[in-house]
Amino acid sequence: MSTKQALSALSRREALLLAAGATIVAAGGVVLKSGTAHADQKMVDEAVMKLIGDKKPAEGKITLELPQIAENGNTVPVGVTVDSPMTADNYVKVVHLFADGNPAPEVASLHFTPMSGKASASTRIRLAGTQNIVAVAEMSDGSVFRAQQEVKVTIGGCGG
Amino acid sequence: MISRREFFHLAAATAAVAGSAMPFSRVMAQQKIDQASILDFEAMGQVTLLHFTDMHAQLTPIYFREPSVNIGVGEVEGLPPHITGKDFLGHYGIKPGTPEAYALSSHDFTSLAKEYGRVGGVDRMMTLVKAVRAERPNNTLFLDGGDTWQGSLTSLETQGEDMVKIQNAMGLDAMTAHWEFTYGQDRVQELKDMLEFPFLAGNVTDTEWQEPVFESTAWFERGGVKIAVVGQAFPYTPVANPRYMIPNWSFGINEKMVRQHVEKARAEGAELVVLLSHNGFDVDRKLASQIDGIDVILTGHTHDALPKVEIVNNTILVASGSHGKFLSRLDLDVKDKKVAAYRFKLMPVFSDVIEPDAEMTALIDNIRAPFKDELDKVLGVTDTTLYRRGNFNGTFDDLICQALLEERDAEIALSPGFRWGSSLLPGQEITMEHVHHHTSITYPNVYRTEMKGSFIKEILEDVADNLFNKDPYYQQGGDMVRVGGMSYTIDVDKEIGSRISDMTTLKDGKPIDPDRNYVVAGWASVNEGTEGPPAYDLVAGYISKKKTITVPENQNVKVRGA
Repeated sequence: MSTKQALSALSRREALLLAAGATIVAAGGVVLKSGTAHADQKMVDEAVMKLIGDKKPAEGKITLELPQIAENGNTVPVGVTVDSPMTADNYVKVVHLFADGNPAPEVASLHFTPMSGKASASTRIRLAGTQNIVAVAEMSDGSVFRAQQEVKVTIGGCGG
Repeated sequence: MISRREFFHLAAATAAVAGSAMPFSRVMAQQKIDQASILDFEAMGQVTLLHFTDMHAQLTPIYFREPSVNIGVGEVEGLPPHITGKDFLGHYGIKPGTPEAYALSSHDFTSLAKEYGRVGGVDRMMTLVKAVRAERPNNTLFLDGGDTWQGSLTSLETQGEDMVKIQNAMGLDAMTAHWEFTYGQDRVQELKDMLEFPFLAGNVTDTEWQEPVFESTAWFERGGVKIAVVGQAFPYTPVANPRYMIPNWSFGINEKMVRQHVEKARAEGAELVVLLSHNGFDVDRKLASQIDGIDVILTGHTHDALPKVEIVNNTILVASGSHGKFLSRLDLDVKDKKVAAYRFKLMPVFSDVIEPDAEMTALIDNIRAPFKDELDKVLGVTDTTLYRRGNFNGTFDDLICQALLEERDAEIALSPGFRWGSSLLPGQEITMEHVHHHTSITYPNVYRTEMKGSFIKEILEDVADNLFNKDPYYQQGGDMVRVGGMSYTIDVDKEIGSRISDMTTLKDGKPIDPDRNYVVAGWASVNEGTEGPPAYDLVAGYISKKKTITVPENQNVKVRGA
């Protein structure tokens, strides 16, 4: 799947994201060709710092919905929900998604407002190899939360 | 616990007193074993659950050797079902040489098999089911954990229809699935429509809109108790088996969905919630720790047979074995929407002492009749015990690997670590039916291709991580890929990429060169369009040529960290 196709797959989901009150402002298709240089944990950390500065993310509040093992690395469903009342003085401003096996680790930034009602969105991304998906949420009070899950992309076969 | 040696002396002394010169196992096999003792059970409470799983289309009696190697890693190391042989007997307080020991462990398998005979046979199991139903007519719920439609020549020839006829005749109340899906989406829907009971798979959604494909939950009332049965199909079907056969269906453990099904069932008044699962035992052990409100998980997929239940987070976990060898009975006393008390028995289906149910025998005969010549075709005879189950190469796997190497003129053979397949005793004739027990799948083609040494290592590492990942949610539940023409060392405690070492060709004792291409023969590729003869024909042809098969225990896989 090319970057263009990955983006068109995203745009089909945009309707749902918009319905949830979120807009994708930066969606880099997650494209990884075998053998190309890919990101690592350090690059993810750098990318996170670029977006949120030197704030130290806390654990909790974020629920990532990802398969443990991808059925099809070309289109991996990813859902993210942040626990928040989403009121005018306490809401989720933005959720950044990263993939540490991606050539560029930034996948998407999902912006929310109190009008969103809830901080929840889902899309699909491409993962050519086993890697970690990282979500970083910035809250209206300036606090930051982080969650991470590994998604395995396996050769397959031999089960059962 | 007395040592085996002490026990042997004791048994020999007993034999001497009795004036007998019978060998150890024969002496011990004098234990009483009959239909009444298998069924013996003091009923309890309002509900009786009967469960079997992973029958793999075994209609008639077979031999089945339990694994001698079944390693658990991480938190489950040393916990059931990761105990084997004599340790297993010790853990459960089972005397070696008894019928229970024969049924449940690999210890002294061959000699005990000669004494206690075959296991399974749907007509025998039916006799047990009918007896329990007669005793508990309004209390019994009979559930099938899946992997029922695949594993025999007749199921392959009829594309699963023979088993649907059997299931309907058994009067099952619900099933879930895994290998069923290898007949493809359309065929699954056809067969599902023939079923006279629900096909439950609450974790299967369509790939486009992630909406449910099957029912998740079926409702029953037994003994005045409102019961919800939630079905959980094998989560990694599209990864472990061909994706192209079920292109529009998505699986996964989907813990959140399971929780939703359970909470919904409770909200709708369920007094007893049963998860009919094909997750595999370690996955279910973890799932039970993560989700509240499941009373019973009837586990499946990993073929474990446990004589006692395991309790995790107030959830009762049952493991009913495979191949029709066992029928589980779990009686439950339900009070205030909770299990107040339970009683469990894993009933071994000893073929020689259970009277076959005549109606079921007639149906089985009817199903097998059109294929009789093919089923009974004798290919050769084995000198050694042939079996598959175990984490690494079994002797039947080594037979298949040898056939792959010789028939396809390859340097290295790869054969999948399936957990199904019957066992054969020394002196037994190998028939076409036996070969199908080990190879009967809808994607059987034996490929011949070139692979770089580095890629062969990658395959081994990948499969090893499916088996030995410390997080059960990343385990796929098969055993290690079997290799021929090559030896290797595996350290199960290491991480992916560093478990496999010392890969060496058997032919010349040279280390596998990561940069050289090797000719590899293998079967059961999950890739569409794989070409080559079906594995059952290739293996049958090989046995026919050899006439006599001798396969020593595998010495080519060295295991560390276990």
